[in-house]
Amino acid sequence: MWGGSAILPSPVALRCPAQRGYEGPVEAALITRESRTPMTGYVIQRCLQAVVVMFAMSVIVFVGVYAVGNPMDVLIPLDAPQDVRAFIIERFGLDRPLWEQYLIFLGNVAQGDFGRSFVYATPVLDLILSRLPATLELTLAAVLGATLIGVPLGIWAGYRPDAISSKSIMAVSILGFSVPTFWVGLILILTFAVYLGWLPAGGRGPTVEVAGVAWSFLTPEGLTHLLLPAVNLALFKLAMMIRLARAGTREIMLTDTIKFARAAGLSEATIVRHHVLKLIAVPIVTVFGLELGSTLAFAVVTETIFSWPGLGKLIIDSITSLDRPVMVAYLILVAVLFVTINLVIDLTYAALDPRIARGHAA
Amino acid sequence: MSAASTPLGRFWADFRESRVAVAALVVVVAIVLLAVAAPLIAPQNPYDLGGLSLLDARRPPGHVGSGGYIHVLGTDAQGRDLLSAILYGLQISVQIGLMAGCVALAAGAALGVTAAYAGGMVETVVMRIVDLQLSFPAILLALVLVALLGQGKAQLVTALVAAQYAYFARTAYGAATAERRKDYIEAATATPLSRRRIVFRHLLPNCMPPLIVVATVQIANSISLEATLSFLGLGLPVTEPSLGMLIANGFVYMMSGRYWISVYPGIALIVLIVAINLVGDQIRDQLNPRLRR
Repeated sequence: MWGGSAILPSPVALRCPAQRGYEGPVEAALITRESRTPMTGYVIQRCLQAVVVMFAMSVIVFVGVYAVGNPMDVLIPLDAPQDVRAFIIERFGLDRPLWEQYLIFLGNVAQGDFGRSFVYATPVLDLILSRLPATLELTLAAVLGATLIGVPLGIWAGYRPDAISSKSIMAVSILGFSVPTFWVGLILILTFAVYLGWLPAGGRGPTVEVAGVAWSFLTPEGLTHLLLPAVNLALFKLAMMIRLARAGTREIMLTDTIKFARAAGLSEATIVRHHVLKLIAVPIVTVFGLELGSTLAFAVVTETIFSWPGLGKLIIDSITSLDRPVMVAYLILVAVLFVTINLVIDLTYAALDPRIARGHAA
Repeated sequence: MSAASTPLGRFWADFRESRVAVAALVVVVAIVLLAVAAPLIAPQNPYDLGGLSLLDARRPPGHVGSGGYIHVLGTDAQGRDLLSAILYGLQISVQIGLMAGCVALAAGAALGVTAAYAGGMVETVVMRIVDLQLSFPAILLALVLVALLGQGKAQLVTALVAAQYAYFARTAYGAATAERRKDYIEAATATPLSRRRIVFRHLLPNCMPPLIVVATVQIANSISLEATLSFLGLGLPVTEPSLGMLIANGFVYMMSGRYWISVYPGIALIVLIVAINLVGDQIRDQLNPRLRR
């Protein structure tokens, strides 16, 4: 992380060759040979762990969701004749023991079949895939917007920590952390949709089909529909990006690297661009990746307020209508998503810092 | 520096230096007092359906209702005085936040400290589970748990605790692993004290500072989470209208410009959360050894 820049080698980078020489080529070779074996072991270990976790999650989700209400009450009208009742129970396999239902479910999932929605009577996977683009579009817009606005603001706040503008930026970020998302959403609707009437209060607006998927952001009207929910979803991330960028900038501005660059006569703009931005990029990219995942979960609230037809609205609707297959499929997909993200992060870190792999193998 | 003879006195002397933090603390204490005293000061009992009149429904702030007094913040769709509903709602929010925060603190601290002291298999298993849970967003976990457990105060607190104990466990574990290497623990281990006594009387008290910081933040978080869940219709039953539910009830009427039903409960909620966070920020700065003068 403390590597030199394109223009000037940083003092740390200048010191590095000496350190390498001290270690000696023999020792360096030993380290590489040693670290290769633990790395493979580490990768296998982590992948196995991820698989075990996913299975455990699927059992917990299946058993847990089974405990919610009785789906027969939802599926079967009270005045249904006995034979219709029996037919529905038979068709959805509700008369079998729980473990058998789980095994059948697991077998179906292996073939990409998550069952049929009780409410919509369509395959759950199709239902989820049809809602995914809306959520993806919203999430990406929010996280991208938060990063593109939050990072420059955070760098400024860290660059001039005592300026009034920096203090106001930090005050905004505290508000962004504290104020619940749903309330900000209400205020946005009240201001921009009800009083000013500039933007629509909900829905996705007209969509354009690209590669068989409907997108809102390609039409001007769809963009206006996207704006408010994206801002709502972005506020929390914006606060986080500001804090992250500010903390990183403040730390770097105090280092010798910056003193050295200034002494060499580099302009302040060059210093910020080449030194500060490059060095805070690593944690920001990490958080960006992590946030894409957690924003999917946060989207539940925003989508409900703005009636955005995405996954979050689907899961809330399925909870209230006891649509069991949709709940199970959604939760398992989210679990898979998070386990995968964590696995990728762990492996990336291990690749960047071999000590992690060695530490775990020991 | 005269009052700074005890650790608590020193702490308070430092705390007083930040005017923002003192103001925030005053606000927190005032809100808690208002919430506790709600039945005494509220102009109306919002749960007494007999005292409500639909003639008073959805009146703007300043309306004089059939009760003969001014509805300072207006009324909601059932003709409830909004100020009274907010005071009672605050009571529920504070109660839930404190309960969830304290139980999560106790459970998480016990788990984290035990894991750090016991080591071996216990440590690995407990901390793997905690880390796994931390990688999931708390709101999703709480949402699913509330859906699974059903509505009710006990269920909601359980869901909030389950969603938040991991933060305490991680913090306690981090503090305890650093503390247990210190000499005083080794000295205590050399004496015939029981392990339980060492963990709870020696190790745990020294892990408290970071836990207190996390606790203030998490109490604010659980109040916010509860409001969010209630807003989504998954929190408390309708018989116990918390702030989140008041806001949700007013959402429908906001489109027609009747803003007050949603906006005022929201402002009460935000003032409470922001004030708790500001107090927490100050405590964190004071307990952070890197910033200590």
